[in-house]
Amino acid sequence: MSTVVLLTVTGLGLGALYFLVASGLSLIFGLMDVLNFAHGALLSVGAYATWWAASHGFGYPLALLFGTAVGTLASVALELGLIRPLYRRPREQVLATVGVGLAVPALLSAIWGADARTFPVPGSLAGTFTVLGANVPVDRLVLIGAALVVLVALKVFLGRTRHGLVVRAGVEDRAMVTALGIDVRKAFTLVFAIGGAAAALAGGLAGLYFGSVDPTQGSSLLVFGFVVVVMGGLGSVSGAAVACVVVGLVQQFANYYSTAGLGDLSVVVMLAALLLVRPSGLTGRLA
Amino acid sequence: MKSPLLSVRDLKVVIGGRHILHGVDLDVAGSGVTALLGRNGAGKTTTVRGVLGLVPRTGSVRYDDTETVEMTTHRIVRRGIGYVPEDRGIFAALTVAENLRLAERDPDPAYDLVHELFPELRQRARQAAGTLSGGQQQMVAIGRTLLNRGNRLIIADEPTKGLAPRVVTEVAVALERAAEAVPVLLVEQNLALVRRLAHHCVVLADGRTAHAGPAAELLADAEKSRTLLGVGRRADVDATRREH
Amino acid sequence: MNVPALLRRWWPLLALTVLVLLPYSALPLPGLLDGPIGSPGSLQLLALCLVFGALATGYDLLLGRTGLLSFGHALYFAGGTYATDLLLTQAGLNFWLAAGLGLLAGVVLAALLGSVSLRMSGIGFAMVTLAFAQAGSILVERDPGGVTGGEEGLAATGLPGWLVGIQNTANLYWIALAYLVVTLVAVQWAVRSPIGRVWEGIRENERRVEVLGLRPYGFKLVAFVLAGTLAALGGVVYLLLTGGATPQATTSDFTLSLLVMVVLGGSGTRWGPLVGGVLYTWAQHRLASLAGSGTIAGLPSVLRVPLSQPLFLLGVLFVVVVYALPGGVAGLPARLRGRGAQA
Repeated sequence: MSTVVLLTVTGLGLGALYFLVASGLSLIFGLMDVLNFAHGALLSVGAYATWWAASHGFGYPLALLFGTAVGTLASVALELGLIRPLYRRPREQVLATVGVGLAVPALLSAIWGADARTFPVPGSLAGTFTVLGANVPVDRLVLIGAALVVLVALKVFLGRTRHGLVVRAGVEDRAMVTALGIDVRKAFTLVFAIGGAAAALAGGLAGLYFGSVDPTQGSSLLVFGFVVVVMGGLGSVSGAAVACVVVGLVQQFANYYSTAGLGDLSVVVMLAALLLVRPSGLTGRLA
Repeated sequence: MKSPLLSVRDLKVVIGGRHILHGVDLDVAGSGVTALLGRNGAGKTTTVRGVLGLVPRTGSVRYDDTETVEMTTHRIVRRGIGYVPEDRGIFAALTVAENLRLAERDPDPAYDLVHELFPELRQRARQAAGTLSGGQQQMVAIGRTLLNRGNRLIIADEPTKGLAPRVVTEVAVALERAAEAVPVLLVEQNLALVRRLAHHCVVLADGRTAHAGPAAELLADAEKSRTLLGVGRRADVDATRREH
Repeated sequence: MNVPALLRRWWPLLALTVLVLLPYSALPLPGLLDGPIGSPGSLQLLALCLVFGALATGYDLLLGRTGLLSFGHALYFAGGTYATDLLLTQAGLNFWLAAGLGLLAGVVLAALLGSVSLRMSGIGFAMVTLAFAQAGSILVERDPGGVTGGEEGLAATGLPGWLVGIQNTANLYWIALAYLVVTLVAVQWAVRSPIGRVWEGIRENERRVEVLGLRPYGFKLVAFVLAGTLAALGGVVYLLLTGGATPQATTSDFTLSLLVMVVLGGSGTRWGPLVGGVLYTWAQHRLASLAGSGTIAGLPSVLRVPLSQPLFLLGVLFVVVVYALPGGVAGLPARLRGRGAQA
C-alpha cells in the first residue's frame, strides 16, 4: 500500500513539473502558433538563477523568486526581441526559438561547466512526510503544491480578467480579436511572460527535486512538455493538467512494475496512439 | 457634397499568388446603407477584408479622411468601425456575455440598445456561444457592433446567410435601427433585404467595380440585375428558398 | 570553346575530382585544419563534414522539397548505425552482410514509422516523429539486455582490416565521399522526376494536389522512406568513421542540429544543405579543438566563455541567419545580386 502511495505522489510530483513546463507552452502555441523550442532554455535559466541565488546565501523561497523573475524577464526579452519582429513569418519564428534553445544551454555550459552542479537543498525540504503510511519526500509535495497554485492562478487569470479573456479569444481566433480593435501583440508578450515565469519556476523546483542543475535539464523536460501539450490539446490549460497527471502516473507505475525505461517509452507510445486515434488531442484543439 | 466616410480606390489583393481583387473602387457616404453586391466569387468579402487590413492589400483606403491602407487591423477598427464577418466570428468557448464584453471599447457601452433589440441575449448571457443557434450567434455578432456608441461605420458581411425568415426579419430590424445612427456597408445576396434597406449600391464583378448607383434604380432594372447579379425573378425566389 | 559556360555546367565534376585527390595532397590550411589536408586528422574531419552534408541533403528532401517538418530523422541514422553495430558485435556477422541488413533495417523502420506518422500532418506529424525518436532514444539508453551499450555507446568489432586504423583513413574518406555522391545524385534525380514535382506541389499547397486527384500520403511516404534510407546508409558510414555507435545520435537535439544545418545552408536548394552540413560540422569540431588550445584560453573571459562553446556560436549564427538571411548561405549570392541590381 505504501508503495502505491509513494508511486502516486512521485508520479503526481513529476506531473506537476511537466505541468509547469507545459502550461506556458500550451498558451504560447495556442495563441501564437509558435512552437517555442526555447522553453527548455528558459527552464534552465530559471534553474541556474535559483541555484546561483541559493548558493550565495539567499533562502530557498527568495532564491526561487529570484530565479522566476530572471526567467520571466528573459522570456519577455525573447518575445520582444526575436518573436515579435518575425510576426508574419511563423516558420522563422519556430526556427529562431530552435537557435536560442541551442545557444542558451551552451552558454550556461560555458559559464558554469557542462557537469551537473549540486543544488543546495534546504534542510526543511530535504526530509520526508508521512502520508497514508508512506514516507513521501517533501520535495514532491512542494512540486504538487506549486503546480496547483499555478493552475488555480492561471484559471483565475484566464476566466476573470480582461487580459485572460483576450487570450482565450485569441487562442480561438486571433484575426477576429484584432478585428474587434484589440492589439493582440500585447497578449503575446503577456503569454510569453507567463510561460517564462512558469518554466523558470519549474527550473528552480527541478533543482530541488533532482538535487542538481545541469545545462541539458531543460531540453529533456521540454520533450515531455511538448508531449503533454499535444496530448492535452494546444491552448488548453485544463487539458494540459489532465494529461500531466496521466503521464506522470503512468510513467511512475510503469517504470516500477516493469523493466526500467518502459515507463518513459509507454508515455511516448501513448502520445502516438492518442494522436492517431484522436488527432485533435484530449480536449480537441490541434492545428 | 460631403466627402464620403469611406473611400476606396484601386484596391488590389493578392493571396497565395492569386489575384483576387484587380482594383476596386468604392464609396460609402456618411449616412444610409450602401450595399456591396455581386455574384459568388466576385470579391465582396475580400474587399471588406482588404478595407479592414485582414488581408495584404495595395491601393488607397481613406476612412474618415485618413489613409488607412498601411495600418494594422486593430488600429483601423479603433477609429470606429463595427465589423460583422461572414462567418459571424463568434468565440465558441466564451459565453454570450464574454463575447459582448470583449467587443467593448467605449466607456459606456450601449447594452440597453442591444438588449432591447435582442432580448434573448440577456437571457442567454451565461451560455457558451458555441451552443447558440445560427440566428442567435448572428445577434451576438451584430450586438457587438452596436455596443460602441463611438462607431462611425458598420460593415456587415452577409448577415442573413443561412438564417430562417423570422430571424432574417429580426436582423433587418436591427440593421435598420443601426443605420439610423451610423452608415452601414452591407454585403448581401438577399435582394429583398437590399431593396428594403439600401440607398446606394456598388456591384463587383471579377474583382473589379462593375457598377455604382442608387439601389432602387439597379433593382428596378431587370436586365441589368440579371447581368450583374446573376438573378432574375425566379432565381430570387430560389435564393430565398435555399436559405432555410 | 566557351570556357566560362563549360565551367558553369561542369564545375561539380571538377570539384569532385579535386575532392577525390585530396588525400594525396600535403597542402596545409592553417586555421581551417589542424594539419595538412592529406593527414589522417584532417581527412577524418573532412569525411565527417561530407557525411553530415549528405545527411542534411537527405533531410532537406523532407523539409525543403516536400514541406515535411520531421523531428525524428535522427532515428533512421542511428538505426542504421546501431543495427549494423549490433549485427556485428552480437551476431558476429561479416561486415558486408551486417551493413546490408543494417541498411535494410533502416528502410523497414522508415517505412513502418513513416506510414504511421504521415497519417497526421503539420504539427501532429512533427510531434509524432518527435515521440518516436524519443522512444528510440530511451530504448537505446536504457539498454535492454545489455546489448546497446547504454550511455557509453557500443564499439564495433569485426570490421574489415582495410577500414580500420589511422593508416586507412583515406579509405574511409573515399567511402564518405561516395556516400555524398550517392545522396546528391539520388536527391537530384528524385526531385527532378514527376514524383518530385508532386512533392513541390505538396509543399506549396497540399489541398491543391488533392484537388488534382492525387493522394499526397503515398508521395509523402516515398519521400520519407527515401530520406530514411539515405540516413540509414549514412549511419553505416558513420559507424565506420567513428568505430562505434553512440546514443547521442538518437536524440532530438541531433535532428535539431540537422535542421540548423539545412536552414543555415539554405533549405530547398541543391547545394544549400551540403554547405550547411559542412560548415556546421567543421565549426563544431574545429572550434572545440581551438577552445582547448592556447589561442582561446588566453582571451579575456568575456570572449573566451562564448567562444569555447561552438554550439553557442552556431545557435547565435542560426538566429541571425533566420532573421536576416532567410535563404541561408546558398541564398546569399542571389540577394547580393538583387541588391546590386537595385542600387
